[in-house]
Amino acid sequence: MTTKRTIEVELSTSGLGHDGRPQRIPLVVGDSGGVALQAPPALEPDLEGEHMLINIGPQHPATHGVLRLVLELDGETVVRCIPHIGYLHCGFEKIGEYRQYNQIIPWTDRDDYLNCIGNNIAFSLGAERLFGIEITPRCTVLRVIGMELSRISSHLVWMGTTGIDIGAFTPFLWSFQERENIYNLLEGWVGARLTTTASRVGGMAADIPDGWLDGLRGFLRSFPKTLDECDRMLTRNAIWTGRTVGLGVMSPEEALNYGLSGPMLRASGVDYDVRKDFPYLDYETYDFEVPVGVNGDVYDRYLVRMEEMRQSVRIIEQAMVRLPDGPVNVDDPRVILPPKHKATSEMESMIHHFKNVMEGPRPPIGETYVAVEAPKGEKGYYMVSDGTAKPVRWRIRPPSFVNLAAIPKMVEGHLLSDVIAINASIDIVMGEIDR
Amino acid sequence: MGLIEAPTPNIVSVDPINGDGWITTRLDFLVNWGRANSLWPMPFGTACCAIEFMASAASKFDLARFGMERMGYSPRQADVLICAGRVPFKLAPVLRRIWQQMPQPKWAISMGACASTGGMFDTYAVAQGIDTIIPVDVYVPGCPPRPEALIYAIMMLQKKVVMKDRMSDMAARVEMEPDPTSQHYIPVSRIDKLSEAFGNSIPQTRSGQ
Amino acid sequence: MTDFVVIEAGSAPGLPAPVTPKNVPHRGGEVNPSAEALKAQFGAAIGRADVVWGETSVFIEAARALEIVRWLHDDPSQSYEYLSDVTAVEFRDRGQPIEMIWHLRSIKYRRFLRLKAQIAKGAPLEVPSVWPVYKGADWLERECFDMFGIKFTGHPDLRRILLWEQYAEGFPLRKDFPLRGRFSRAEQLRQALAANPEARYSMEELSIADAFAELPLDMRARIKGGETTGE
Repeated sequence: MTTKRTIEVELSTSGLGHDGRPQRIPLVVGDSGGVALQAPPALEPDLEGEHMLINIGPQHPATHGVLRLVLELDGETVVRCIPHIGYLHCGFEKIGEYRQYNQIIPWTDRDDYLNCIGNNIAFSLGAERLFGIEITPRCTVLRVIGMELSRISSHLVWMGTTGIDIGAFTPFLWSFQERENIYNLLEGWVGARLTTTASRVGGMAADIPDGWLDGLRGFLRSFPKTLDECDRMLTRNAIWTGRTVGLGVMSPEEALNYGLSGPMLRASGVDYDVRKDFPYLDYETYDFEVPVGVNGDVYDRYLVRMEEMRQSVRIIEQAMVRLPDGPVNVDDPRVILPPKHKATSEMESMIHHFKNVMEGPRPPIGETYVAVEAPKGEKGYYMVSDGTAKPVRWRIRPPSFVNLAAIPKMVEGHLLSDVIAINASIDIVMGEIDR
Repeated sequence: MGLIEAPTPNIVSVDPINGDGWITTRLDFLVNWGRANSLWPMPFGTACCAIEFMASAASKFDLARFGMERMGYSPRQADVLICAGRVPFKLAPVLRRIWQQMPQPKWAISMGACASTGGMFDTYAVAQGIDTIIPVDVYVPGCPPRPEALIYAIMMLQKKVVMKDRMSDMAARVEMEPDPTSQHYIPVSRIDKLSEAFGNSIPQTRSGQ
Repeated sequence: MTDFVVIEAGSAPGLPAPVTPKNVPHRGGEVNPSAEALKAQFGAAIGRADVVWGETSVFIEAARALEIVRWLHDDPSQSYEYLSDVTAVEFRDRGQPIEMIWHLRSIKYRRFLRLKAQIAKGAPLEVPSVWPVYKGADWLERECFDMFGIKFTGHPDLRRILLWEQYAEGFPLRKDFPLRGRFSRAEQLRQALAANPEARYSMEELSIADAFAELPLDMRARIKGGETTGE
C-alpha cells in the first residue's frame, strides 16, 4: 500500500538532474517512509495510452493575451500542441491601405503595444526610405534613445509577466515601478504614456523638453539597481532555474530554419542582431555588445534579455553624450508641416499645411522593406507605393508571430507546466501576432 | 457627468443609549456595501489597454486599495468583467461565454475606446463596441485610458453597486438570455448544476431560479 | 547537450563592416551579387533584377520558386539561411498581376534579397510552398492564404489562421474586399456569435481520432454522439 505525501525538495539544490533537465520527484512513497523513491504503480490498463485534450485560452492569464493552445497530453506530457491565433485580428494591414503615411503611425503603436515608440520609429524609417529623406543628426540620436527605452520597457513587461507565470510575483511589481519611470519620461516627451505616436515621416512629433535629459539620467541611475536586484533574486534562484533550464531547446540551425529572431535566436547561439548586421540609425557607431546564449533554452533567453537591458542602458548613455543640437525635423516641405505661426498668418503656408494634411505627401513609385531590431526580434515594415499618398500594401513582419510558430516544436515532450514557461519565454504580443 | 446622486435615506442608525457595538441598517445596504468594496475583477485583457490595466494593478496605482486584490481569472469567481482592449468578431463568442459563466450579480466595465465603440478599428474584423455582445455598466474613454481613468470608473461602479442594486429587485437579476437555438444556450438546470460547487454566502446559481 | 556552435553573422571572409545606408538612390545602385548567380544558374526562370531604394528584387518564375529558394538556401556561395517574410501584393491597378514576395536574408554574407513572382490575372493563385526549405514559412504562408487566397502547393496544413474557419466574406487583403467587410455589422456579429468557440477543439479535429479505437467506451460513445470536449 502506498500513501501520498509531500517530499520537501531542498531549495539549495539546483533541481537539475545529471542531464541538465529539471529533476522530477514522484510524490508517492512507500508506507515505511524510507528515502527510497519507488516508481508509481502501473496505470490501470484502461488509462494507459489514453490521451487527454486540454485547452488553454484564449482568455487565460498565462497566455499573455488571447492566444489559445490546444494540447494533447499523455499523462502530463505534451504529445501535440496546436496553437490557435487570430483572436485579436483587427485588419491593420487592410486599414493601412486607406491611410496616409503619417496617419498610419498611430496604428504602429497598437500592433506591438509594448514597443510603441520603437514601432513608430521603425515605420518612419521605412517611410523616409520610401520618400528618399535623410533625417537630421539630432533626430537620429533621439530615435536611438527612444528605441532603447522602449526595448527596456518591453523587456521589463516580459520579466514581470514571466515571473508571474513561473511563480514569482515580486519582479512584476519592481519592473512596473521602473516602467512608470519610463512612462513619465515618455509623457514629458510626447504627452502619452503608452501609445506614443512619437515619430513623423521626416522627424519626431516633438523635440525633448528642457530638463528631460536630467530625468533620463535619473532613470539610468535607478534602473540598473532594480535590474541588479531582479538579477540577484532570479538568476541563481533554485526554483527559477528548476523551471527554466533545459526547456524548449532550439539548436541554432533549427532556430534559423524556423525564422526565429531577436532574443529567441540569439539564445540559441546565432549571433544575428539587425542593429549589428544591417545597421540603421548609425547603430554601428555605438559601443555595445550582443549577448548570445549557448543552450537555447528558456533560461538562456532570460539571460539574453537581462543582458540586453544592460546594453540598452549603455547605448542610451552614449547617445546622451553625443546628442547634437540642431533641428529635429528635416527641412523638406513635402512631408513637414510649416510652423504653426506661419500657417495661421501666411497664405502659402496655410495652403501648404492644408495640402499636406488633407492630401498627404506622395512618395515616388517604389517599395522598401525596413527591418529593425525590436525587443521581440526582427520587426520589418514592407511598404509598396504606387505614387499615391496611401501605400498599396503595408505589411508588418511580426517577429513574435514567427517565433510563436515554433512553439509546437518547443513544447512537445515537455510537461504541461513547462508549456507556460516556454510560452512566456517567446515574449509574445498578440496585437502584433494577429494584427 | 457621472451618476446622478440619489437621495441617501437614513440607512444606518446607531442606538445612542445602550449602543455598544449595535447599529441597525437595511440588509440591502449592508450587502451592497460589502459587494462594492470587494469587487473581484475578471480582467478580460486583449490588447494595449491590458497593459494599462496591469499598470493599474501594479505598485504605483495599486488596485488592491479598492478591494480588487484578487484578480479572478476564472469567470466563475468574479464580480466585474473589465474588458480591456479591442474585441474582434473572432473573440465575440468567447467574451459572451465568459460573461455567461460569471455568477449573478455581475457588472462590466468597458475599458478604452476600442471596447466601447470599436475605436480606430472600423474594419471588417472588429466588433464595434462590446455592448453589442454583453451589457456594460461603465465605459472608460481613452486609448488607452490612464490608470486614473480606470480607477475613476471603478469608483463609479462602486457607487452604482451601493445605490442601485436592490436584492429584492428580481428584475435586476433577469439576464439577457441568448437565442436558445444558438450553440451558446445552456439550459438553466445545467447552469445551476455547474455553479453549485462554488456555493458560498452569495447566491451563486446564476440562473436566478 | 552542449554541442552548440555559435553561428556568427557576417562570418564570410572579406566582408566590409556594415554601415547604415545613407542617401540611398531611388533606382540603381549596387546590385546584390546573388542576382547574377541566379541568372547563371536558372537562366530563363529568372527575370529582371531591380534595385529600388538599395534593395535588390529578382523576378522569378512562380512555378519554380521552391527550386530556386532551395538552391539559394543550400548553395554555399549564397547561403540564404533566413526567411524573413512571405507575403503578396495586389495593386490598385486591376491590370497588374498579383505579386508574391519572399524576403530572404543571408546571415553569413549579410545580404538581403527580395524574390518576386507575378501571378498573371486569371491564372490560378498557386505557388509552390517553400516550407520544405524553411520551416518558418508555415504560418507566413498560412497567413498569406488567409488574407489573399493564394494556395501554396506542398504546404502541410494550409488553412485559415487569423480568421476563423467558416469565415464567409472572402479574403480581406484583396483589393475587391471592402474595408468594413462584405456583410452588414449586424450580420457579421450574428455570424460571429453563432460560431462555436470550441469548433476547433473537437476530438475529431486532432489526431487523437487516430487513437479512437483505444479510447474508453463511454468516451467513444460521447464522441459519436457529437459531443465536444468543452465545459
